[in-house]
Amino acid sequence: MTARLSRRGLLGGGVAAAGLAGAGVAGAYAAGGLSGVTGGPDGPTGSGAVAERYPFRGAHQSGIVTPAQDRLHFAAFDVTTDDRDALVALLTTWTAAAERMTAGGPAGPVGPVEGAADLPPDDTGEAIGLPAGGLTLTFGFGPSLFRDADGRDRFGLAERRPASLRDLPPFPGDELVAARSGGDLCVQACAQDPQVAVHAIRNLARAGFGTVAVRWSQLGFGRTSSTTAGQDTPRNLFGFKDGTANVLAEETRAVDDHVWVGADDDPAAGWLAGGSYLVARRIAMNIETWDRQTLAEQEAVVGRSKGTGAPLSGGDEHTPIDFAMPGSDDQPIVARDAHVRVVHPDHHGGARMLRRGYNFVDGTTDLGALDAGLFFLAFVRDPLTDFVPVQRAMSRSDAMMEYLQVTGSALFAVPPGVAEGEQHVGQALFA
Amino acid sequence: MPRALPSAPSRHRLALLALTVLAVPALASCTENGAGGAGDPGGPGGDERTVSVASTADACEMSAVEAPAGTLRFDVTNEGSEVTEFYLLAEDGLRIVAEVENVGPQLSRQLVVDAPAGEYVTACKPGMVGEGIRSSFTVTPSDEEVEVPADEQELVDRAEAGYQTYVQDQSDQLLVKTRQFAEAYTTGDDDAARELYPRARTHWERIETVAESFGDLDPRMDAREADLEPGQRWTGWHRMEKDLWPERAGDYTPLSDARRQTFADALVADTEELDGRIGDLEFSVDQIANGSRGLLEEVATGKVTGEEEYWSRTDLWDFQANVDGARVGYDGVAPIVTSKDAELASQLELRFADLQELLDAQRVGDGFTSYDDLTRREVRDLADAVNALSEPLSRLTATVLA
Repeated sequence: MTARLSRRGLLGGGVAAAGLAGAGVAGAYAAGGLSGVTGGPDGPTGSGAVAERYPFRGAHQSGIVTPAQDRLHFAAFDVTTDDRDALVALLTTWTAAAERMTAGGPAGPVGPVEGAADLPPDDTGEAIGLPAGGLTLTFGFGPSLFRDADGRDRFGLAERRPASLRDLPPFPGDELVAARSGGDLCVQACAQDPQVAVHAIRNLARAGFGTVAVRWSQLGFGRTSSTTAGQDTPRNLFGFKDGTANVLAEETRAVDDHVWVGADDDPAAGWLAGGSYLVARRIAMNIETWDRQTLAEQEAVVGRSKGTGAPLSGGDEHTPIDFAMPGSDDQPIVARDAHVRVVHPDHHGGARMLRRGYNFVDGTTDLGALDAGLFFLAFVRDPLTDFVPVQRAMSRSDAMMEYLQVTGSALFAVPPGVAEGEQHVGQALFA
Repeated sequence: MPRALPSAPSRHRLALLALTVLAVPALASCTENGAGGAGDPGGPGGDERTVSVASTADACEMSAVEAPAGTLRFDVTNEGSEVTEFYLLAEDGLRIVAEVENVGPQLSRQLVVDAPAGEYVTACKPGMVGEGIRSSFTVTPSDEEVEVPADEQELVDRAEAGYQTYVQDQSDQLLVKTRQFAEAYTTGDDDAARELYPRARTHWERIETVAESFGDLDPRMDAREADLEPGQRWTGWHRMEKDLWPERAGDYTPLSDARRQTFADALVADTEELDGRIGDLEFSVDQIANGSRGLLEEVATGKVTGEEEYWSRTDLWDFQANVDGARVGYDGVAPIVTSKDAELASQLELRFADLQELLDAQRVGDGFTSYDDLTRREVRDLADAVNALSEPLSRLTATVLA
């Protein structure tokens, strides 16, 4: 870290204040206390965002129980070398860059305009003057890092592959595109400002040339889940509140039970204790068809009232759903194929996830339809128990599937946080 | 096939079977929920045509006991603990003029209805049992009186009978051509089978929303390879399609004669079963209207994208057949639509014609050009025409029931 605590400081003034405020907010978040300090409805440049900063080091990586920011740039990488040392060197470089950027500093040790005039700057510069913006960078390792598609153990890691880290099984209705799926590594960049998130991925990708190449990436523009009690449940592009039953950071017991990998979960992969699994699914929505369904039909498909988010069995958004409540025509009022019923934890042995997805619109298709949907991100303790059965049920019997196609899919093991004194993320894996 | 799993039939398909929906749709209703519905609360008449209804376990409190004729809006709030329903009944207390169902506790729904002057009975039905909590309601004459054509019931009856005849006729033809297809396919006359394939499927696609509504038959008869669950056996039309057009499959192993026979026999048996079941169906006008909309959705999600007939590339045949079925459904209810919303009727006429013109340009002989021969521009124009038609078509059911 250089003397410049904040990119904002480059414009002069406010360095110390921003730094102090940032530390204060970060501390309060760590204690699980503050709510409503995020950029929120004021947008990414709202005053709340200025001081928002999350520590990079800790027991767990940030960007998981961190209050979900508004913007996302997610990138999956293929490792293009077989050189284990080069991979470790990159992770070390990335870790240092991530620590600087999440603190509001530049990607490289020098800075965007501070270096020699006859060299390209080590930071690309588009974040000059922008605050940390609540940036978090979360790193993960895909199954192919441990054994690639040809079965090769390129980095001597195969023995340490977690049992649950393997390609997700095919689900009916998947229309996966290889170029949007998989990856040896991933980086999830979340921030209140899209420019901050894109800056981070751009600079990490740049630092990786020769060692990794971007396999695919995805921008997201509106969080679709709340991860803390203080956040309102946002809406997805179907116009409905989504993820009401999400695991929240305050539910420490649920987070331990459903998000963090336990020390004894997988003897072969002790390095993953305190980490998690990240499921990424690009779910395209048939927006135009959905929009032509009647309000009653849309609500029946979801199982909730569109306005308040209350279940059709009544109450308000957080009222427990009464799946047995009879409705008209001798059918339960929450239909048998309603989304909320099919995916509800009660019907999956209490399986829950910490969802952290984002809306996306990647322009329009060549038929003029909105190329849009939900970039589903979920952190789970074990994908085989917390995700696969739920997805299978959804693919099989959820009325909403009529309006969805999954076009990308990936699974990553997310190592625990970088401890003080450690050189790089995932250090225990390479130890 | 839509993208949905065969076992998860879409609701508009289910609606075709839910024969209890509206006992007497003749005068009836559309229901809405939340703010900003089509009830036009700020329109002429405004508040005096808006009635608040609070339904509790033992009361049905109405903010007014009369309203001027026109478009009335009942804001029904359930203040009880069980699901409730609200009815506007004719003076005899028997005939349902309009209803709103499935109002959950603490939730609200709107009932919008065009009511001519007269005496009515309202009823809240907490728990959805019994006669409900009833009271009298008067609609007074006004300048906005809704003209109800005296022969509307006749139009409804004619539409319902006509559609039923159409569906049964298509089903019968499907069975005949499926048998011919099976014969050619199992005797190794692949050219004849390829000729018959899109011709037989035309009859399936014309009544696709009905045919798909049988959750057990549809996955056996019409599943695409991509829709299969792991371990699910792939049978039906598209299995044989791949066998007849293996070009896109790479190194494909043709089916043996015995397996051809198995698949063909099963398809014929399922088609016979389908034909029998269709004979037992009746259709109400709202189901016909929903079916029309649903068929256009099938076009939008499967045919215009060239996904339905992945191997044979005969998507345009299906496209035309879906449009045929939607058009027949619309034509049946068109007199009702014309009497209620002439502008919508003429818009739909125009857009059906626009779409048909684009399809006609792709005709070859008695069929259609291969999907592969369409330019991107042509596909795009077709998609735009489907959207242009689908948007007003999504208002068809509510208009028919208004």
